[in-house]
Amino acid sequence: MRRIYLDHAATTPVRSEVAEVMTRYLTANWGNPSSPHSTGQEARKGMDDARKYIANLINASPEEIIFTSGGTEADNFALKGVTYTRDKKQHFITTKIEHHAVLHCAEALEKEGHAVTYLDVDSDGLVDPDDVRRAIRKDTALVSVMLANNEVGTVEPVAEIARICREHGVLFHTDAVQAVGQIPVDVKKLGVDLLSMSAHKLYGPKGIGALYVRKGVKIAPILYGGAQERGRRPGTENVPGIAGFGKAAELAAAELNEHREKLTRLREKLIEEIFRRIEDVKLNGHRRRRLPGNVNVSIKYVEGESILLNLDLKGIAASSGSACMSGTLEPSHVLLAMGIPREVAHGSLRMTLGTSNTEDDIDYVVDVLEETVKKLRAMSPLASPGRC
Amino acid sequence: MYSEKVMDHFTNPRNVGKIENADGVGRVGNPACGDIMQISIKVDNNRITDIKFKTFGCAAAIATSSMVTEMVKGKTVEEAKQITNRAVAEALDGLPRNKLHCSNLAADALHKAINDYLSRSKQAETDRAVE
Repeated sequence: MRRIYLDHAATTPVRSEVAEVMTRYLTANWGNPSSPHSTGQEARKGMDDARKYIANLINASPEEIIFTSGGTEADNFALKGVTYTRDKKQHFITTKIEHHAVLHCAEALEKEGHAVTYLDVDSDGLVDPDDVRRAIRKDTALVSVMLANNEVGTVEPVAEIARICREHGVLFHTDAVQAVGQIPVDVKKLGVDLLSMSAHKLYGPKGIGALYVRKGVKIAPILYGGAQERGRRPGTENVPGIAGFGKAAELAAAELNEHREKLTRLREKLIEEIFRRIEDVKLNGHRRRRLPGNVNVSIKYVEGESILLNLDLKGIAASSGSACMSGTLEPSHVLLAMGIPREVAHGSLRMTLGTSNTEDDIDYVVDVLEETVKKLRAMSPLASPGRC
Repeated sequence: MYSEKVMDHFTNPRNVGKIENADGVGRVGNPACGDIMQISIKVDNNRITDIKFKTFGCAAAIATSSMVTEMVKGKTVEEAKQITNRAVAEALDGLPRNKLHCSNLAADALHKAINDYLSRSKQAETDRAVE
């Protein structure tokens, strides 16, 4: 059966060049980078090279990159690491559409007695920088706003928010897990203090990520142990993962423009074809300020999981913000924060594009989707008869 | 995640639709929860001779709806009243744990349709008595 993967926001396939580099650090160069002997130093060399490529991808210096176990740890590290540099209760500002790695960490900080403001977004999922300005208090320690949303793909006005934070002497963190590798990310142009990223969203391996910490920004460790990562993140490094991340970053930097143009072209085709062929569909997220590879639509009168399973039976992998996918009884917190009615959120379908996708794939996907929606609407008590 | 029976009823649902001039109609759930089931029945001589469903919901919601229509067809009203959500789930070789509550409402929709039928026939009897 033909298989089309449209879930690149969940994870991406590891590129063969990346797997090849990783194999070298699993077999030939398997040493511990902290060891002074040649076996150790060969591993260290691989790690140092990777750090340069990753720093280069976001226009940072290698010493500003701290490796973590992934995006989730990077987000936790940013929030908790800033908090624990001071010995008093502090205030944080974030948004209602962040990834759970930020939201649930912020909730944990609230339980520790800190205060958190969760900002609203508009119907496109955009944060208003003026809301950030208004929410800043004397005791605000950190503002965290994602660079691009993982569900609806909306790209936030992060440079403007970072500027406001700088004017007020407040640190700014951005979760750039979805953005890095898809759009240009330059920490200096954005003016951010901390930035989270993850390798497996850019054709690298799972279990490795990094936190960018601007030179001069104080951050306390959240784990205790050895002196790795200049004493900020202990534990023997995941050298194969780091080497793979480095290779993925090197390739992402070299191919960024080409990749972005390709995904944007496919995205536009997919959105246009869906709207041309299926009635009562709503695009979730901003029409233009969105990730090149993100398409998120609500298909009225049908439920997301039913759509996904039908697509899967035809070899198409996608995702949904329906309650059935969240593991709770609630549909996606992102869609609800955007003011999308629950019944419409239940019918959301996210398709995220990647390198392997072609124009031909889009034609096939829209054919299958049209047929699926027709079938499910014929069954739905919400759809008026005779409508597609 | 789903049993073969669930996938069978989900991909080839039985008795989809709405009976015109039904003797009883039942609807449960709401769109905000992500599940709505509507069942309509035709009753002849105290026996359910036809049953159809329309469902908005996940695969479990569609499969349980389809299954309940198969279980009920040809049964007497009293027999149909005995069918529980749990029996429907068992007839499908089980449902994932998180689906047992939210999407397993087909028997409830059936019972509502039966109650609708019963209250309509009671009303008809009263009308006849008045005449």
